[in-house]
Amino acid sequence: MSLREPPLHGAHEDAGASFTDFGGWEMPVEFDSIRTEHDAVRESVGKFDVSHMGEIEVSGPDATELTNRLTSNDVAALSVGDAQYATIPNADGDMIDDTVLYRLPDRDGNPAYLFVPNAGGDEAAFDRWVAHREEWGLSATVENRTDDYGMIAVQGPDAVALVEAEAEDEVADLSRFSARWASVAGVDCWVARTGYTGEDGLELVIPSDEVGAVWSALACQPCGLGARDTLRLEAGLLLSGQDFDVADNPRNPYEAGIGFTVDLDTEFVGRDALAAVEAAGVDEQLVGLRLLDRGVARHGHEISVDGETVGEVTSGTMSPTLGEPIALGYVPVAHADPGTELSVVVRGEPKSARVVNLPFLEEDE
Amino acid sequence: MSYEVPSELRYAESHEWARRDGDIVRVGISDFAQDELGDVVFVELPDEGETLTAGEAFGVVESIKAVSDLYAPVSGAVVARNEQLFDAPELVNDGPFDEGWMLEVELDDESELDDLLSADEYEAQIR
Repeated sequence: MSLREPPLHGAHEDAGASFTDFGGWEMPVEFDSIRTEHDAVRESVGKFDVSHMGEIEVSGPDATELTNRLTSNDVAALSVGDAQYATIPNADGDMIDDTVLYRLPDRDGNPAYLFVPNAGGDEAAFDRWVAHREEWGLSATVENRTDDYGMIAVQGPDAVALVEAEAEDEVADLSRFSARWASVAGVDCWVARTGYTGEDGLELVIPSDEVGAVWSALACQPCGLGARDTLRLEAGLLLSGQDFDVADNPRNPYEAGIGFTVDLDTEFVGRDALAAVEAAGVDEQLVGLRLLDRGVARHGHEISVDGETVGEVTSGTMSPTLGEPIALGYVPVAHADPGTELSVVVRGEPKSARVVNLPFLEEDE
Repeated sequence: MSYEVPSELRYAESHEWARRDGDIVRVGISDFAQDELGDVVFVELPDEGETLTAGEAFGVVESIKAVSDLYAPVSGAVVARNEQLFDAPELVNDGPFDEGWMLEVELDDESELDDLLSADEYEAQIR
């Protein structure tokens, strides 16, 4: 199978980026150094080509009902221009994916939505929406626009001002989790005050053939997936397929610490299973870990207490901002309280670690 | 992109270098290797007195994005290690051939150095 490439693949190659296979896409992992890129976002601004993210549009008379019944949050609560973080659960309440859902301007008097599945999740999401539309006999148009759109994330304390300076329409007045169509560098973009770094910033959904014009106009540090991963991990944000995986590590939103994405007052696939979890409480939950010994925890490392395995690290890295190794992993609730000491087994060696509050970054601030 | 490949060193195909000074051989990783790894955040090295066997793993170098085993270019007992790397692993990026060195070993068998690549041969490998 050949890898999908973002529209700007050639430009990134020319910029000296190194690439990695991510979710079936060949994406830039590093332009300069992960540390340099990471620091640019924490201190000022950086731009990411995130064209590997999917774009699914749903519109029509039953667009709201269809999407509400396939995501865990309350889609009916969205006004035009609102964004919402949600999960796509299966009947067991386990997350197939997580997504940001935007309500677009109405089309022909009917509601329209854009949601963004993770890399490689677009086809499954599209199929799921279409299959359930048929099953439930709903009237909605579902389109997989992943190849029609590219996406640029501009993140950091100076991000909004940078985009505003290149925009013909106002974008700086957008509040967190809101979005609108706006012209940036002469290109009509869906501009959203959302992101995946723990910083302020914008994400721009852009027609594929015009991504380059916007990318070039936004003069700031280009950042790859390496920095995107360290930034999101410091912010305690989940990575689909790694911090939960419906096949290999099925988790529901409560276990993953994102119960706020579940609205049990709405009807959706998985709702009853999640109501039962909510009532009974979880057995295991995602925790933040800080290693006290030297070493770096990585995906797949065991978490142990008194020599007994109690869990597994799902994500781990050396935090560039904190200068400390940090990790996410699931442990039984008995070991999940902040301050609990346990071990992460790194290449056979147990390293002391402590459960800390998420996000990691605000811990010292 | 061109990388530094000091001509006086010998190189392993796995990107370690060896610099001989009498019976002592200093070991580190190449400029190419540190660039491939990116920001080094952790180095795990054997204690003094432990013995390396040519071609076998002796430690680990870890960057933000990758973990890589280190392979001994020559056999011998460890007589010194660069303790600075434990607090400042980024020295491996800053100066892979000087302040980013890793170990010094007492050479067992000097013919092992002949089995390593010359600078020209190594340069051809990474080109």
